[in-house]
Amino acid sequence: MSQTLHEPGLAVHVEDLTVSYAARPVLWDIDFDIPPGVMAAIVGPNGAGKSTLIKSILGLVRPTAGHVTILGRPYKDQRRRVGYVPQRSSVDWDFPTTAIDVVMMGLYGQLGWFRRPGAKDREKAMDALARVGMLDSASRQISQLSGGQQQRVFLARALVQDADVYFLDEPMAGVDATTERAIVAILHALRDAGKTVIVVHHDLQTVRTYFDWMIILNIRVIAQGPVAQVYTSQNLHRAYGGQVALLDRDKVLGEVG
Amino acid sequence: MLTLLTDFTIQNVMIGAALLGIVSGVLGSFAVLRRQSLLGDTLSHAALPGICIGFMLAGTRDLPMLLAGALVTGALAALAMLALTRTTRLKTDAGLGIALSISFATGVVLLTHIQTTGSAGQGGLESFLFGQAAAILRSDLYLMGGIGALALAIVSAFWKEFKLVSFDPDYARTLGLPVLALDVAITTIIALAVVIGLQMVGVVLMAAMIVAPAVAARQWSNRLGTMVVLAAIFGMASGLFGALVSATARGLSTGPLIVLAASVIVLVSLAIAPGRGIVWEWLQHWKNRRSLPARRVLTTLYRLAAEHGDPAYPAEQSMLDAYHGTATASSLERLKSRGLISAVAHAPEFTPHWALTPSGIIEAETLLGRREAEPGI
Repeated sequence: MSQTLHEPGLAVHVEDLTVSYAARPVLWDIDFDIPPGVMAAIVGPNGAGKSTLIKSILGLVRPTAGHVTILGRPYKDQRRRVGYVPQRSSVDWDFPTTAIDVVMMGLYGQLGWFRRPGAKDREKAMDALARVGMLDSASRQISQLSGGQQQRVFLARALVQDADVYFLDEPMAGVDATTERAIVAILHALRDAGKTVIVVHHDLQTVRTYFDWMIILNIRVIAQGPVAQVYTSQNLHRAYGGQVALLDRDKVLGEVG
Repeated sequence: MLTLLTDFTIQNVMIGAALLGIVSGVLGSFAVLRRQSLLGDTLSHAALPGICIGFMLAGTRDLPMLLAGALVTGALAALAMLALTRTTRLKTDAGLGIALSISFATGVVLLTHIQTTGSAGQGGLESFLFGQAAAILRSDLYLMGGIGALALAIVSAFWKEFKLVSFDPDYARTLGLPVLALDVAITTIIALAVVIGLQMVGVVLMAAMIVAPAVAARQWSNRLGTMVVLAAIFGMASGLFGALVSATARGLSTGPLIVLAASVIVLVSLAIAPGRGIVWEWLQHWKNRRSLPARRVLTTLYRLAAEHGDPAYPAEQSMLDAYHGTATASSLERLKSRGLISAVAHAPEFTPHWALTPSGIIEAETLLGRREAEPGI
């Protein structure tokens, strides 16, 4: 670790990031910073590159240009401090394994080669399952879990990583209201414990209640900062075009009443 | 029977068949779970040109040389498939299909060339098409055993890494696992498993040995460890069965018999395995249909009780019949036997009346969604 820290005061620092598939830019000249200890939403229309942004930060997609630092160092050196919850649909849930087993996979990086998870690791995994309210389903086959339960298992797998920065790709997609509330409560608890939580989010209407920081994305960064400053009809129109009817709850209720 | 088991050739065949079954069952599990079943087929067909080239280089039927050739051309075919899918718009299945047919055609051309030039000792080569178990020597077994032990050792050493890479490769990369290297390792040992079976089952049928035991084992187990062990057992059982039957009956060749035995295990497993089998699903469906009228009667009782503000409200049977437009006696009996309702008297009437029990109320509320369902119901 001889290199000097680059932007050590920031949980995530992205500069000039460009990603292209077959010469077509998917992300173009992305610059953004996320301070530590916030819960940040990445929002934008379909095809805005939200998932690609997370994947390129995590090295799953190779950027054409730009650099990323996590807590002052390149991602490669900070893997242990980063937790990841991929989209639920990214895996085959018919794989022959149990909920507790999936959660223990979160520990494989720390375990290193040749070591099998032991009793202590199992305990950690059970704790994580308890935090997401899935203790009863620990030994169930994962295909028997409902969509919401599968999402909770994925969240528990990230929790056992005990990371400082968490990336979640659409954790609230296709889950019921109970699960959504449970997930938000866990994420808020992480943020209150000083962790940074970055969520790809699809529901504009809940951004203001769930998050304190947001990035509006559409190939480029449209706006970024505290939700109170960034969540404006002007910014959302710039990202979504005419597609979005900005739902201001008070206004709507006022018109109905 | 005992004399059979002590016969040296038959011993060789049986040991070889069991070895082949175990190794292909274990590695096949990973191939099937990674949706690479067709990869086994490509690897085995691509082995044929390698066998021929190995023969031409060695000048005789030297097994290590032939298998080394098979491994090399198998790997080349797999790489060609990767190159095709990465650089063109072809999908994996098309890439595998192309790699398979080109390499098998090359193999057949080389094979006929060797046969027509009439090199000495070429007699054994075409046996690699469908396998020739009786030609197996003790020294071949050592080679097969060595390769198999190596493959199994690699699987057990990298067990958790292989599991994670097969389940969720992206996540594995974020944990810092070298996913590409692990992919190459898994593919290589699947190729090793194929090579082991070439002499026994032949290039054409070897893919079945990769797929069949694994598919059957998946039906019976929900954990990777159990699945792999079961696949090894199924593979070994098919191997031993094929070896024994071909030894006792004249004119039946071992390799196809082994594959047929494995196929029977697959068919039986697809049909009757609990939780996943077809028959099991029919049974569930039938049970559901049978219990549907009873459920409707139960919820009617619940609504009546709610309407009257009395959890123990006694409902007259003929009233239930009238409401449902059919006799409810059998449904009521079923509910009673499950302890969800009880027969009660309602003086001065003498007709049968029914009331919900406390567990009946819970069940009805669950059915109506007024109660958080137990997970899985």
